[in-house]
Amino acid sequence: MLVYLLCLLLFSIGIYCILRKRNIIKIIVGVIISEYAVNMFFVLVAYRMEGRSPVFSPESQIENMVDALPQAVVLTAIVIGLATTALLIALAMRIYDKYGTFDITKIRELRG
Amino acid sequence: MSKEHEQGMSLIVKTITRLTVGLILLYGIYIVSHGHVSPGGGFAGGVIIALSFVHLMLAYGKEVALSKLPKQASSFFESMGAIMFLAIALLGFTGGYFFLNFLSKGEPFKLFSAGVIPLYNIAISLKVGAGLFAIFVALVLLKFESEKK
Amino acid sequence: MILQSTSLPLFVVLPLAGAFLVSIAGKKIKAFPDLMGSLTTFCVLVLSLVAVRTVNVSGVLVSSIGAWKPPIGIAMVLDGLTAFMLVTVNLVAFAIAVFAIDYMEKFTSKWKFYTLFLLMLAGMNGVVISGDIFNMFVFLEIASVASYALVAFGTERQELEAAFKYAVMSTVGSLFILLAIVFLYSYTSSLNMADIAGVLLEKGTGNIVLMISVLFIMGFGLKAALVPFHAWLPDAHPSAPAPISAMLSGVLIKSLGVYALVRIFFSIIGLTPEISSILMSLGVLSMVIGVCLAIGQWDFKRLLAYHSISQIGYVVLGIGLGTPLGILGGLFHLLNHSLFKSLLFLNSGAVEYSTGTRDLKKMGGLAKRMPFTSGTCLTASMSIAGIPPFNGFWSKLIIILAAVQAGRYGFAFWAVLASLLTLASFMKVMKYAFFGQLRERWSQIKEVPMLMRLSMAFLALLCVLGGLLCLPQFNQIFLEQAANVLSEGTEYASIILQRISQ
Repeated sequence: MLVYLLCLLLFSIGIYCILRKRNIIKIIVGVIISEYAVNMFFVLVAYRMEGRSPVFSPESQIENMVDALPQAVVLTAIVIGLATTALLIALAMRIYDKYGTFDITKIRELRG
Repeated sequence: MSKEHEQGMSLIVKTITRLTVGLILLYGIYIVSHGHVSPGGGFAGGVIIALSFVHLMLAYGKEVALSKLPKQASSFFESMGAIMFLAIALLGFTGGYFFLNFLSKGEPFKLFSAGVIPLYNIAISLKVGAGLFAIFVALVLLKFESEKK
Repeated sequence: MILQSTSLPLFVVLPLAGAFLVSIAGKKIKAFPDLMGSLTTFCVLVLSLVAVRTVNVSGVLVSSIGAWKPPIGIAMVLDGLTAFMLVTVNLVAFAIAVFAIDYMEKFTSKWKFYTLFLLMLAGMNGVVISGDIFNMFVFLEIASVASYALVAFGTERQELEAAFKYAVMSTVGSLFILLAIVFLYSYTSSLNMADIAGVLLEKGTGNIVLMISVLFIMGFGLKAALVPFHAWLPDAHPSAPAPISAMLSGVLIKSLGVYALVRIFFSIIGLTPEISSILMSLGVLSMVIGVCLAIGQWDFKRLLAYHSISQIGYVVLGIGLGTPLGILGGLFHLLNHSLFKSLLFLNSGAVEYSTGTRDLKKMGGLAKRMPFTSGTCLTASMSIAGIPPFNGFWSKLIIILAAVQAGRYGFAFWAVLASLLTLASFMKVMKYAFFGQLRERWSQIKEVPMLMRLSMAFLALLCVLGGLLCLPQFNQIFLEQAANVLSEGTEYASIILQRISQ
């Protein structure tokens, strides 16, 4: 139970970081943290007591295995996260190029 | 100092890099080619292949790495990987449906087995390796442009 | 000609192949990206029209990818609602691809635009056609990531700012959706939509389903820009190039937001009265607040963006009513809105192409110099304001009638009020932009090129003829089929599972 709560804590830290921080880079770090929290939660959901890794091999007999599907699925989610993060960082660099600052309170041309 | 800095890191790093970069690349290729019989596969192998080029760029500076794998080439390989993957999947329509495994499956746990899965792995590794390197190059070059201003 | 179940992946494969071919050859051959963009979207449009016929002839189709039988393998499902959404998405995409040929000339790397555009189209088609909830999430992210890049396509100050805001908020929305999928998987041990629905029917719904519902409403509400979650839309949609604004407002928020929301709440979780009233309240809030914020705007595209929020409110209100008439009206309005809103954004793009400004105060009398653009804009404005006999009138009428029929007089009142305010704000647009005195500085401007006019005329024609879909002959084969899928609710599970076992 504790691990799930720690996951929730990590997710909350990420969301707090997105909502409260002013620096663009810190916001991106917040996005990454909460992304990892969700991914980790998905892997933990798949854990079975005393289970071994879900890889088939000719030598050993398979008795107790963790759920294999979330591990495959989380890999996809991580790749998506990579794409989003790369794009966000590229945007942040361009923004710094144009505005000369990372502070979102100073980057406010759009309003209304 | 500054001139040396432009051309990359110190002599120690360069020597170690020269010795290891080939091994890293080879290990990536091994992971890709054994993707269907052991853990790993196209994605993991592709990342390792990309990292070998990133390693080169970190140690020797961007000119050396880009002369080995130019930006156009990496974006070409990236698209090529995707097209290859789609083409193999579409070839399945010859036997009835999308993603049909139309080659012979062979014997399990041998290198030449599992039909088209190794081909998919190679396509994915091209896409991932070139794509990751392209992302890295794009970020690095972008930074230099803004510093120039 | 009808589709076989094995050919369903083509809806995703064709745009994907187009995207990567453009990215290989587009840089060297000048005309290749234009040709490929139009050709691919046209092929997919034809396929989706065939899909409508297929649904009428042979019912629901289920394709199992790689011959792995669902629920173990990944499924693609073609039913009435899917066919309806495919037609909506691809119709607009085709018109926009034709429009972009001339419009995108002013940008340097046109092939990158087409690559991202086709990727986004592949993502949207994938969301609509997927029968597997995680696959749906993946396609949703493909479409979203492509759209973040497209919003920032101009790489100017405001575009970057808007894109960053959009990317962060949309990513948070995706995280909520992923979290909901994790909970759903841990409860039902399945990712196939039909299987999940079956297990939920069997196991009953507890507190965890309530939590899942809240997460889904937050996630898809962010994607669909319903009112408490709408802050990114008025920045992101105007900042993109005009064809992309049309795509984002016209179909992206619908296929990623509204379609996914209703598919999950009607077909998988099942519509409870609480969810229904939450959806209706969100719809009415978006409807009224969106239009109130729109009236005060002077930026042409920003005004249109606020109207998107308002019109999405109509769609969600109609579908949220849950009665067959309400669902029919909501879906009909979804189609109509994607037609007239993309037309309006293309008009704003045409005005910007000729005059270089988006500020309504600086325009005036453009009707004399650009009769064609002003004519199509008038058509679209009357459609969105709900003036008979244009298509917008019929769908709004059906929604309001459905609200009255369901005894929701308050909601019907707000719908009428929002419609009047919409009329007022579009009268403002027409007056300031197209009618009145022609200013000195605009006396030399020209009408836009042929292909842009052609694509606007195509959409305007559809706006005029759209009302015909109310006629029983057309209604039966197209709209009814889609509305029936939602009316059947969680019957979805048994229908799909039966098709799989055949």
